[in-house]
Amino acid sequence: MPLRIERQEHISGLRLTLVPLIAIAFTIIVGTVMFVALGHDPIRAFGIYFIEPLTDTWTLQELVVKACPLMLIGTGLAFCYRANRWNIGAEGQYVAGAVLGSWLALATHGTDAGPWVLPAMLALGVIGGALWGLIPAFLRVRFGASEILTSLMLVYVAQLGLDYLVRGPWRDPQGFNFPQSVTFDDVALMPLLLGEGRLHGGILIALVVIAAATFVLGRTLVGYSIELAGSAPRAAAFAGFDERRVTYGVFAVSGGLAGLAGMIEVTGTIGQMQPSISPGYGFTAIIAAMLGRLHPVLILVSSLVLALTYIGGEAAQITMRLPFDVTRVFQGTLLIAILAADVLVRYRVRRVEEVGHA
Amino acid sequence: MLDAAILGAVLASIVAAATTLLLASLGELVAERAGTLNLGVEGMMVVGAAVGYATAYGTGSLILGAIAAVLAGVMLSLVFAVLAVWLATNQVASGLATTILGLGIAGLIGSPFVGTRLDGAPELRIAGLTDLPVIGEMLFGQDAFVYLSLLLLAGVAYGLSRTRAGLVLRAVGENPVAAHALGHPVRGIRTLAVMFGGACAGLAGAHLSLAYTPFWASDMTAGRGWIALALVVFSAWKPLWLLAGAYLFGAVSILQLHVQGFGLGVPSQLLSALPYIATVVALVAISALKRGQGAPAGLGVPFVPDR
Amino acid sequence: MRKILSMAVAIAAGFTLAGAGTPASAAEKLKIGFVYIGPVGDFGWTYQHDQGRKAVEKEFGDKVETTYVENVPEGPDAERVIEQLVRAGNKLIFTTSFGYMEPTLKVAKRYPKVFFEHATGYKRAANVSTYNSKFHEGRYILGQIAAKTSKTGTVGYIASFPIPEVISGINALMLGAQSVNPDMKVKIVWVNSWFDPAKEADAAKALIDQGADVISQHTDSPAAMQAAEARGVKAFGQASDMINFGPKAQLTSIIDNWAPYYIERTKAVLDGTWKSTDTWSGMKDGEVVMAPYTNMPDDVKAMAEKTEAAIKDGSLHPFKGPITNQKGELVVKEGAALSDKDILSMNWYVKGIDDKIPGQ
Repeated sequence: MPLRIERQEHISGLRLTLVPLIAIAFTIIVGTVMFVALGHDPIRAFGIYFIEPLTDTWTLQELVVKACPLMLIGTGLAFCYRANRWNIGAEGQYVAGAVLGSWLALATHGTDAGPWVLPAMLALGVIGGALWGLIPAFLRVRFGASEILTSLMLVYVAQLGLDYLVRGPWRDPQGFNFPQSVTFDDVALMPLLLGEGRLHGGILIALVVIAAATFVLGRTLVGYSIELAGSAPRAAAFAGFDERRVTYGVFAVSGGLAGLAGMIEVTGTIGQMQPSISPGYGFTAIIAAMLGRLHPVLILVSSLVLALTYIGGEAAQITMRLPFDVTRVFQGTLLIAILAADVLVRYRVRRVEEVGHA
Repeated sequence: MLDAAILGAVLASIVAAATTLLLASLGELVAERAGTLNLGVEGMMVVGAAVGYATAYGTGSLILGAIAAVLAGVMLSLVFAVLAVWLATNQVASGLATTILGLGIAGLIGSPFVGTRLDGAPELRIAGLTDLPVIGEMLFGQDAFVYLSLLLLAGVAYGLSRTRAGLVLRAVGENPVAAHALGHPVRGIRTLAVMFGGACAGLAGAHLSLAYTPFWASDMTAGRGWIALALVVFSAWKPLWLLAGAYLFGAVSILQLHVQGFGLGVPSQLLSALPYIATVVALVAISALKRGQGAPAGLGVPFVPDR
Repeated sequence: MRKILSMAVAIAAGFTLAGAGTPASAAEKLKIGFVYIGPVGDFGWTYQHDQGRKAVEKEFGDKVETTYVENVPEGPDAERVIEQLVRAGNKLIFTTSFGYMEPTLKVAKRYPKVFFEHATGYKRAANVSTYNSKFHEGRYILGQIAAKTSKTGTVGYIASFPIPEVISGINALMLGAQSVNPDMKVKIVWVNSWFDPAKEADAAKALIDQGADVISQHTDSPAAMQAAEARGVKAFGQASDMINFGPKAQLTSIIDNWAPYYIERTKAVLDGTWKSTDTWSGMKDGEVVMAPYTNMPDDVKAMAEKTEAAIKDGSLHPFKGPITNQKGELVVKEGAALSDKDILSMNWYVKGIDDKIPGQ
């Protein structure tokens, strides 16, 4: 095919701002076709998806609450992916962190334990997630086992472990034998930031983490060693960076942040342990990290965009009775559009004269 | 504890359960050997299941259904190919987007068929042979998908290792720049490999909705596409290891149900976790024996012919 | 600022945000929201709730407007969805999974003028009712039919999760079976899922291979019924009438019929008589419906119909004494029956079940 994609060396700010515009334009075209085909007014549908959620403080808070675990996990994953370590088991690390931290909440339940409980739980969340993340790191370093597979398999193991705990030892004795723990005491709950709504202290932690991660990745030797380990492992070895230490380090960070996200979600919005504590945040965060090009600040933005599609999708189901599947088609289209637009702006498609190889 | 009749039936169930996984992972293996990691397997499978069911229900022909499922899988795989191969987007994100899109499309296509059923693909029995003790049913009492999956496996194993096309495909996966320099159309080959992956995933979906559980229900693949992805890594990208892996996974998931039936009193969560733990242990064992590192060097790396 | 912006956009987008808590005027339609755990296309639990929703629309026509959100994960997402339903003007909200209990209560506290109905839970409030069905009544009949029908003396049971509803279903089936054949055996397979068709089919095959010739399920898909049909054994359907999937296999099905309750509660809101209640209806109220008794001899059918009538008129309680547990301890004395509370929190097996409840 006499077409060629060429990388643009200098990308103007104008072209970069085009990315979201092109993506949105493409999504609107596909979406309009879909909505019309299903017999709905497309303008109204788009208003509900993209505009309505941004118009009052309650939905804005919900947007941030929903995006909070995504940005934390996504930021952690950025460490791994920059180092070319493919941790796709953040979902399991999220659960493991939440389990370890919640153990303290249940152990201190009903005692007059002081306000140290919540910080200790968060610390345990980090430790639990990091330990779970270090398993695939260890298996890779010691045995050469692919971390993609082991980290994914450990997701299921962590989920089934949580399932066992809440159906067995952690079951609320007053709870009619239903699979859930007691509700946590106030000292084990994340404080809310505003009088109304669910915006909780976890978002402040997330912002601090994002700032710190931006600094570490961009301005420190550690960040450089991670980058180098990913892009040029041999050069990294020559420069004296220990490959194993990088592996352990990035898995500990991404596991720890996933565990922290799990603990924040449990203490901030759930308030007890139950069989399912995540609607797939660990996997959605992979998309958030990729869309954010592994940069913490951009991951924050992409997390908010992803959260918007979920909340807008729920609103569309409620007000327009659009089935959930429409939301999925819509989300998929939007992601594809963003990915494609990103390339089309950075690269230029040009017709070339030479004949392609047979 | 096990008599011959039960053993025979268990073996037959294992083969049937493994077939969905084998079909889906075989296609993904080919795509990955060409250097493209397509996380859209679950989405392509579920679209195959929905389109295959809808077609078979409408036309009354299972064969047309299976063909439609294959085409649907290919169509969705082309979305991924355009993104990841031609636009060189990140493959992980593109694959996840493909899965989300596929689940949505399948739900919309399948919704009119909820609550309906089909007569599933029949078991192909051979008088005399099927009645052989223990192995009879396993070998000669399966539906056409089982035999097709084994034929495909043999074809892929032979094609990858013994043909020139296979050599080129592997070269494209190992070192796309060199393959390009030698005049091979890297992106065209990768596109074909991705399409093969889509075809196999669609067929795997059809195995579910036309043979294994011949009806349609939303999200009926229930995560098998992810297991198929794991199996490819587990197999170290080798077709025969893939066969072993798929059958091992099938065996563990069927046997854990039987062990429960014997009332051993082990926590069921532990039994459910066994296939995953077994996969990790097996992988570690294989890796420790220095056989696990077979990942194509160019896997997941977009290829852009700059010069 | 926020309000102005919000108003401007709302007008621009061409719809108005109904304020929460405003009383519905007579001319206004009653808006009713449903929150579902699965897809409406599951042909199981969620599908049946959606049939109930459609029945409400059919019954009240222009007076109501219903809406639903499907695939809502239990936890923080549920709380947001419920609140979003309130903010969209819904005055009656049905939350149809156990895990929505705390989210429902949290939102209900903030909106005292909106009525909430939570399925299968046990916590109520002034504006939160709970409701559930006595599925175990149907399972007692299944046990009797199984004991009459089975030649191997073994009924297979595909179980989802070890929660009281599932445990009490297993016990009721066993007690029904023992009332006919004291030596009846039940083989239980836990699949740890409500919905995974291929796994349910695998479980059915495993049970059949181990000698069960009647299959009962507490999972949502018709896969087990189809597997039974293919293997030439009998089976009981779950949630929906599955005769279509097992024309020769289905003995009967326990159908979840939420329509009467949903219509009754909608009427109560329209009439202004809604009160917080705890409703646990069964066969008598038409909430647990037995599909036609098929593929069985006339005497078995007659027995099933007799038992059904006895449960409906109250002369038979599935958990009437004497009942002994696995350890041989007498749990319910002769002449007594298990209380609703004890059934709702059941975590023990009756004597004769050769299994251990997971997690204990």
